[in-house]
Amino acid sequence: MITGISIVSVWVLDADSAKEFYTKQLGFDLTTDIQLDGGMRWLTVRSPGGQEFLLLDPAHSMLDADTGEQVRALVAKGALSPGVLATNDCRGDYEALVERGVEFIQPPAERPYGIEAVLRDDSGNWFSFTQRHAAE
Amino acid sequence: MGSAPVSSLRALRRARDRIDRDYAEQLDIAALAAEAGYSLGQFIRAFDAAYGETPGRYRTRRRVERACDLLRSVNLTVTEVCMAVGFSSLGTFSRRFTELVGRSPSEYQRESAQLGGPAPIPGCFALMFRTGLRVQDATDGSGRD
Repeated sequence: MITGISIVSVWVLDADSAKEFYTKQLGFDLTTDIQLDGGMRWLTVRSPGGQEFLLLDPAHSMLDADTGEQVRALVAKGALSPGVLATNDCRGDYEALVERGVEFIQPPAERPYGIEAVLRDDSGNWFSFTQRHAAE
Repeated sequence: MGSAPVSSLRALRRARDRIDRDYAEQLDIAALAAEAGYSLGQFIRAFDAAYGETPGRYRTRRRVERACDLLRSVNLTVTEVCMAVGFSSLGTFSRRFTELVGRSPSEYQRESAQLGGPAPIPGCFALMFRTGLRVQDATDGSGRD
């Protein structure tokens, strides 16, 4: 049985800056930061709710140099989204995150499925930031 | 694929995010260009190369997309919605809206009310994937794809 996603991979433009952003601004815990042979860095953080994220610079990954550059361009222009971040207090967390300098494209708004805002990480990835209504 | 340097792409993305965020204000494209470190002409070309449309066009599309959202979900008049999303002229709003959506704002509002609840697609995806304006088209048989 498939139980979910244990690690979400996030392409970032600068691993050090992403580490700062995800730990200091989003409030995640650093779980691993090790340098692997071949230049790849295994940098993972965990959200307070327990979801682990791998922060990966395409220039130091399994991608070839050309592909890495293409992915970096897509991240920089804001085209990529790793998914939906779940919160149990969208409006409250929004205030706290803005206070910490997190950039939002859309403030919290009522939607049929919940309350949703949209934020960007320091690289340009966008996340929906959603407090879902309880399932019926 | 024209690939501008990552630093330029980030500046363009910031400009586009400003449009997403501050669409209701009198957003001046020349000011966005200056903030992004471009001349106006360069900015329009670079934005078009990165996103497939000019910044002015994107601003219009963003305003119309927000107007659709309001017309569907909030009890406002068409004139109020026009002002709320940053248009200063009702005539321009109606014309642009009709070009993009395929019917006038008041027709759209009436049809949405008849259709009842909204489609179960998160608003952010509708925006980011540009389907927000096409979902309604699919229901009247004009079809997408």
